Amino acid sequence: MITLVPKKKRDNRLLIEAGIVVTIALILILIIPWLLTDFRLSLLGRFLALSIAALGIDLIWGYTGLLSMGHGVFFALGGYLLAMYLKLQIPKDAANQLPEFMNLYGVTELPSFWQPFHDFNFTLLAILLIPTIIGGLLGYLVFRNRIRGVYFSILTQAATVVFFNFFNGQQKLFNGTNGLTDFKTILGADISTYQFTFYILTIIALMFAYALCRWLTSGRFGNLLVAIRDDENRLRFSGYNPTGFKVVVFAVSAALAAIGGAFYTIQTGRVSPQLMDIGFSIEMVIWVAAGGRGTLVGAILGTLLVNFAKSLLSEQFPEVWLFFQGALFLIVVTVLPDGVVGLRKLFYRRQQPISTYPNIDLDPEVQSEREHPSN
Amino acid sequence: MNESILVTENLTMDFDGFKAIDNLNFSMAPGELRVVIGPNGAGKTTFLDLITGKIKPTAGQVLFKGKNIRRYSEAQISRMGIGRKFQTPRVYLNLTARENLELAANQTKGVFGTLFGKMSGPERDRVWILLETIGLAVKADRSASLLSHGEKQRLEIGMLVAQSPELLLVDEPVAGLTDEETENVGNLLVTLAESHAILVIEHDMEFVRQIARKVTVLHQGTVLCEGTIDEVQNDPRVIEVYLGQPQSIDR
Repeated sequence: MITLVPKKKRDNRLLIEAGIVVTIALILILIIPWLLTDFRLSLLGRFLALSIAALGIDLIWGYTGLLSMGHGVFFALGGYLLAMYLKLQIPKDAANQLPEFMNLYGVTELPSFWQPFHDFNFTLLAILLIPTIIGGLLGYLVFRNRIRGVYFSILTQAATVVFFNFFNGQQKLFNGTNGLTDFKTILGADISTYQFTFYILTIIALMFAYALCRWLTSGRFGNLLVAIRDDENRLRFSGYNPTGFKVVVFAVSAALAAIGGAFYTIQTGRVSPQLMDIGFSIEMVIWVAAGGRGTLVGAILGTLLVNFAKSLLSEQFPEVWLFFQGALFLIVVTVLPDGVVGLRKLFYRRQQPISTYPNIDLDPEVQSEREHPSN
Repeated sequence: MNESILVTENLTMDFDGFKAIDNLNFSMAPGELRVVIGPNGAGKTTFLDLITGKIKPTAGQVLFKGKNIRRYSEAQISRMGIGRKFQTPRVYLNLTARENLELAANQTKGVFGTLFGKMSGPERDRVWILLETIGLAVKADRSASLLSHGEKQRLEIGMLVAQSPELLLVDEPVAGLTDEETENVGNLLVTLAESHAILVIEHDMEFVRQIARKVTVLHQGTVLCEGTIDEVQNDPRVIEVYLGQPQSIDR
């Protein structure tokens, strides 16, 4: 009895899943805006941008087992790259053709690496490519030397410190600790009147990110990522070199973080080195843990839940949010290792007893003999 | 005689003054089933580590099909045709038995080959036949973490075969198995020996007797003697270092 799922059935399942995703997207675009106040809607848009980055964390941590605590760097990079373009949207007839903070610090000529950011297409390409390349390069150096586990996590933290200090210290290039803010126009249009468009674009980007992650984590490549998580050294003796796979996954997750960062920046109207703070990178990990690592839906759900909880609680009890966050983390680690998505399993268990060996009726060997008395 | 599939010449592995492998000369013919025995600390596992490229020898060389493997990585050596089974079964616990085999059977092991390549029909069939051979067909879609110890051992041997290597290195395949399972694994290895060269490391003398044609005894990192199981068991040096009291042998 071959238990392979027929191809047609698999295609159907994929279609159903795609249908669900599109439906949710349509609900988010068409119905939710009528239900929420403008303020809450803008929060939702930001959190959806964050969940793009959370998908990246899930890919590298949930599936591949590499705990990166430095994805804030890529997130902020995406934000900065877009912000550089936005800061250069200066009316042609203005006397001052520099971003205003540069005048403040006595810069008279636009630094050369700012120049190409006059061009929108270049900016989009840069958001996609620069964090990917940095991620790939960093990943290659780290993974080639077989740095893993805690040492990898520490290295990623160290990277946040390096980047934080660089962006924080460069007043003339990036306005230092204040970051880039006060954006006015994009492609000649007023940013503040197009917030709903950015909300829709964020949802579309999230859909693409989900589809990409879904593709990467299914099939043989996805199994391989799980195998890296389970026993990376064994994989070498099966003839795979894990380095290449880890570099690709790290680069993809860096790109997702950067895309999330760009959408976040345009919706909040500000990017600053605080996004490269270690705390923020760790928060990203908490979202995924709370939602359920190793499940893509969990990463998105966790991000939305934790962030809405954060904004509601910090409105009601401004001082105690951090206690709640700490408690949440403790609960997830001790009671809910599979996060919110893991709750689902509790319900399943109640409906049908789990099929392990003590129960002979459920032994597959026995079941198969029953179904095929001939053998 | 054919050219040897595996040769080691003056192989030495020095761990900070402790010679785990000391001037070891060894050779195996293609298609041979060889058992290596030796007391604890004789250097058996280090020997496998050297052959698979996990560690590089301090001196001497390992030749696989006449080629020095020193400059190749573990993954490259594995792709050249050396498969290894570890002492404790190491399978990917969060994948199903079938997925474990599929990963091993994949012929394009690069990043993009794995990402874009589809499993071919023959590959799929091969995985299916293997599942039947190792007796896990009905549990094919069950997570490997739910398999028993013996099933994991068989699954790992299956993964080895799926790689279609020319040389199988099997480290203590029956440790912790029941008598029945031991016999199953023994039969499996004998069947596999028809089409592969196999090097087995084992302690269980009953099992060695079941499968062995030629036995090599390692002691303190070097070859003590070689021969059939009876020759080896009656060799006074072997009795002294390994088997202990003579009466336990003639049982």
